[in-house]
This record gives sequence, C-alpha cells and structure tokens, in this order.
Amino acid sequence: MLISLFVACYNDTLFPETGKAVVTVLERLGHTVEFRQAQTCCGQMHYNTGYRPEAIGIMKHFLEVFRDAEVICVPSASCVAMIRDHYPKMAAEAGLEAEVAAILPRVFEFTELLIDKLGVTDVGATYPHAVTVHTSCHSLRSLHIGDKPQRLLKAVKGLTLIELPNADQCCGFGGTFAIKNAEVSTAMLNEKMNAIAQTGAEICTAGDNSCLMHINGGLTRLDAPARCLHIAEILAQ
Amino acid sequence: MSVHVGEAATAPDFKKAAHVLLGNTQIRANVRRATETIRNKRALVVGEMPDWEQLRDSAQQIKRRVLASLPGYLEQFEAACTAAGGQVHWARDADEANQIITGIIQSHKQTEIIKVKTMTSDETRLNVALEAAGITPWETDLADLIIQLGHDKPSHIVVPALHKNKSEIRQLFLEKMNLTELGDKPEDLAAAARTYLRERFLRVKVGFSGANFAVAETGSVCVVESEGNGRMCVTLPDVMITMLGIEKIIPSFNDLEVFLQLLPRSATGERMNPYNSIWTGVTPGDGPREFHVILLDNGRTKVLADPESRETLHCIRCAACLNTCPVYRQTGGHAYGSIYSGPIGAILTPQLQSMEHSQSLPYASSLCGACYEVCPVKINIPEILIHLRGKVVRNGDAPMGEGLGMKMAAFAMSDGSRLAGAQKLVQLGHTPLEAIGLPGWSTTRDLPSIPKQTFREWWNKR
Repeated sequence: MLISLFVACYNDTLFPETGKAVVTVLERLGHTVEFRQAQTCCGQMHYNTGYRPEAIGIMKHFLEVFRDAEVICVPSASCVAMIRDHYPKMAAEAGLEAEVAAILPRVFEFTELLIDKLGVTDVGATYPHAVTVHTSCHSLRSLHIGDKPQRLLKAVKGLTLIELPNADQCCGFGGTFAIKNAEVSTAMLNEKMNAIAQTGAEICTAGDNSCLMHINGGLTRLDAPARCLHIAEILAQ
Repeated sequence: MSVHVGEAATAPDFKKAAHVLLGNTQIRANVRRATETIRNKRALVVGEMPDWEQLRDSAQQIKRRVLASLPGYLEQFEAACTAAGGQVHWARDADEANQIITGIIQSHKQTEIIKVKTMTSDETRLNVALEAAGITPWETDLADLIIQLGHDKPSHIVVPALHKNKSEIRQLFLEKMNLTELGDKPEDLAAAARTYLRERFLRVKVGFSGANFAVAETGSVCVVESEGNGRMCVTLPDVMITMLGIEKIIPSFNDLEVFLQLLPRSATGERMNPYNSIWTGVTPGDGPREFHVILLDNGRTKVLADPESRETLHCIRCAACLNTCPVYRQTGGHAYGSIYSGPIGAILTPQLQSMEHSQSLPYASSLCGACYEVCPVKINIPEILIHLRGKVVRNGDAPMGEGLGMKMAAFAMSDGSRLAGAQKLVQLGHTPLEAIGLPGWSTTRDLPSIPKQTFREWWNKR
C-alpha cells in the first residue's frame, strides 16, 4: 500500500526520529511510504489559541497537499483530533465541506493505521524494557483509541508493559496552556510524573510527542529515572 | 443595564489567583480529597445506568428545544404560575432583581429572610443589597452557612465549602455560634448547625430560594437538596420568593423524569436527592401564603444570541465538570474569581459579564475534554473555550506579541519550503525559542534539544 506520511510540524522539526521510525515500521511491513514536501502543519496551535482565520489557511494547505493521497498516516493523535473534530467546522466556514468530508476517512493516527487499516498487531519489534503508556487526552477522548497502543506493545518481544495509574488524567501540556498557565500545568505534570514513578517503568510512551515533550522535559529536569519515547520508535526496534 | 456576576469583575486573573492557591497545601488537599470522593461515587451510579447516554441525549434535546423558543416557554410559565396564585417578576439584571426582592420583603415590614439554593443570588450579590437595606439574610444550606459565617467565598457549585475540612469548620462554628464546646464528628457539627438554624426557621417570615427547574406547562418550581433545610425554607415562611435564571425553564412536568435522574447522579453521586421539593403557586392552608418568582436575565439573553456558545445555557449546575477537571483539582474554585468555577465557570462567567473582566478564564484549561465527557447535558465545553479564545483575540486582548508570533507561524506553515526555512532558523538558534527559552516552560521543564537534521532533510538525503 502507498502510505503518505503527514509527519506533523513539530515532529519534523524537533522529533525527526519519530518520523524515521514510522518509515521503518511501515516499510518493514512491506508498504511504500511517500513524503510530500509541501506539507506543513494541521493548524491546531492556531485554532486552539483563538486564531481561527490562520488555522483555516493552514487547513486549506493541508487539503491541497493531501487531496489525492490514498492513505495518510499521522504519528500524532492530537493532530488527527484536530483534523477530525475541527476541520468539519472550519470547512463549513470556508466552503470546503466536500473536500474535508472526502479526506477524513483517509486520515489515520499511526496505531490506528496499524491495527484498523493494516490489521497488524505484531510489527516484528524487540524491545527488552519496562514500558508504561501515557494515554493522551486526544487519543482517549477524541480518537477513542482504546487499547490499541497496548495491543501493539504486548506483541513486542522482551517488552514488559506496566499499567499507568490514573491514565485518563491530563498531563498538563495543553499546547499554549503549558506556557500561559505554566504553574498549573506543572502541578498537573507533577502528578503525572509521580504516577510514572510508581510504575517503575524505564520508558513512558504515547502516540503524541507533544505530551511526551512536556513529560520528558519534567523528568529530565528532576533527573528522574524514566524517559519518554514515541511508540513508533519502540515499534521500529 | 449592567451585568455583574458576584465579584468577578474585580477578581484577579486566573493565573495570579492560581499562583496563590497552588501554594495553599491545605486547600489543595481538601479539594483533591473531596473531588475524588464525589467523582468515584458518580462513576459508580452512572455506570449502573444502561440508558445513561440516551438520558444525556434527551436532556440535550430538551434544552435545545427550550432555548429555541425560550420567550414562549417563559410566558407559558408566567401564565401557569400566575393562574396558580404566584406572582412573576422579570429582572433584566442583578440590581433590578435585588430591588424587586428587597421591595417584597419591605412591603411585609420584615427584616430577616431564610435562604436556600443561593447561587443565583450570589450572582446578583443579593445579600449585600439586603444588608444595605437593613435586612438580615440567613443562609440555611449547611455549606452556604459555613461560607456566610466565615465571610468566605464559595469554591464549588454544589459543595460551596468544599475547600474547608472538618476541623476548620469546627473552629468556625465554635467562634461564630458562641459555643463553649463542640465535638469533631460530622454529626456533632450537623447538630450544632441544626440548633442554630432551627430557631431561625421557626421565627423568620420570608423564605428565599433559587431553583433547579421551573416547569412551563404547570408553573411549578423544583428544588432538590440533601439536608431538608431547603424543605423548611420553602414550606415554613408566610412569604416565599424564588429567583431563577431564565434558562432554568423546562417545557413539561414529564421532562423532570430525565433531569431528576441525571442531576443527582452527576452532582453528588446519589441515585436520587434525599429531598425533591416541587411546588406550584400557593395552596390555601398549606405552605407560604404568598409566592413570588423572579425570572433573571443578567446577561443570559446575550449568551442565547450566540449560536456557537448558546449551549452554555444547558447547564444544570451539577458540577460534574469541576469534579473531573484536572485544572480545578489543582487550584480549587477560588482561582476562577467567580461563583461559577471550574470548566463551566470558565465559559459562563466571561459570557455573562463583559469579556474584559474575565478574559483569562477561557485559557484556564488544557482542553483535555474530561468535562465534556461527563456533562449530563452534553455541553461541549472545550469547543466553547476555543470560541471564547477567538473572541479575546478578535477584541485585541491577546498578550502582546502573540498575534505577531501566530502570524509568523502561519506564514511558515503556508508552504513546505517556508517551513523548511523556519526550521533552519530554529537549528541555527535564531528563534526566540533558543534565544530566551520559553518563558514559563523553562522554569520547570527542559526544552528538547534541537536535532541537527529535520525529518524532511533526512528524507531528502535518503
């Protein structure tokens, strides 16, 4: 299958290893990956912060870039949530209902793509480490991702999966919230880091580098033993 | 017309108030313990309902119907209530409502009232207006009494004194009720409050209440509560005054079936409220001889006029969104500077009163969506928060530099080659991110190190 990668702007810039890992996994499964150079961003930061006209411009660009893509893989649940939940509303405003309706069924979050579209749970990875899963709010409440990450991780050789207590509680990132209300965001992060410490896991994983950037930033600042890693990077091992 | 919501107009912004509250370990521990308890009870009694989602859908549909024809339902209520011997008053704003209520009490030459379900009157600052007119209001809901005795502010919609623990309340009662001794068990505290209140229930001639629902079809008013003090308030006095926001109307008596299932389970984790008082006008020889209803607007028609955020008026004040909110959990309700706190407060307060006084509230959320998930009337709170953020931006009230930054980012995102150019600047350390760190972020969190190569560079060299 020809899979078009929408890597997400912040992965492209700050977490290129995640994009590379997605390519590794999909190619290992026998698929062809393409990367459209014109791609940029989903517009979530603008939309969520109140900059709707700018977000609509970014949406238009996304629609243009991926118009004829067969399957679009996004290693970021929150970008997928942006596309699924908010594009239809912005589309109504911009007169692009048909374009958005046509693209939505072809947009998959990375673990959704593996399980729902490609029907794979064992991607042939080996990762002999203790891992816990952070369920990002968007994957939980917008994508209803359920136990897809866990099913993929259980099939990884050598991996010990440990359940994270209070997994449905937000880590406190929330995009610009982490900056606008840094102290409350940090208080929320502290609870998340305590939960991770309780598991004794070496690695906290998720399908969102945004949460992970926040959590890992706190963990390294405190010199805590655990580190964060995107789920694609585990599945690529 | 001037709309105000309690003292929200002069409250500090969320960030400043949160800073103070985050340092208060006692309040934070109280809030955490209380919200966890209610949350778990709610989960249990919601989980046992096979038709919970259908009930939520019904409630949403009923509320939509009400808001689509609100004037008609209000007039229907007025006619039915009047026919049953009640008197209906219309108040455009808080001051008008307070004047009407003060006038009724004065016309009976009374100087005291007993109160229950007091939140809407906190919105209008009724107690301040009454005291200025020489009238003493006695709060009779245990939590409201605690707030009143302590000159405190409510921090929760259903459990206003949630930020207080048992020993703090005992201390307060000892001081304010002039007691020489008092045990520290919950029943000791309840007994002290009972003695204090009972004397007032028997003495005071005018009762005041808010309302959970008002039925257009029958002109009935409904108050649900746990203590029975409300039942005393609405049955013992000669004169009864009820004030409710105009959005509290439901079309028919049958609609109570839906809401009286949703509300107690969502609010206190109970299958049914211990006391459900529903009354219609006056009944000779039974209960108050005179009944007044004040229908309060105070900004609500303005909310109604905005189709993108209208469903804020669906709210039945269950506070499930507060109990599940990870932000509220950290700060408690006082950070929101309004009697309406938590996620619902963050959307309601800025809409009721002019945005300028509460423009920090739409940002007091990580948009995690937990509130929307538990809301019994399906208010999409995250979506409305985003809508209100857009209003702040359009009013030119976003922080300095934010608009420019967003415009530059949008330009970079308008094409892949422009994004690649921006990435080059990030790599070379020419962006604000590298130069000054991220204010706020960098205090407690490391920034990721900037990779030497972006994904697209790697792809191109592959």
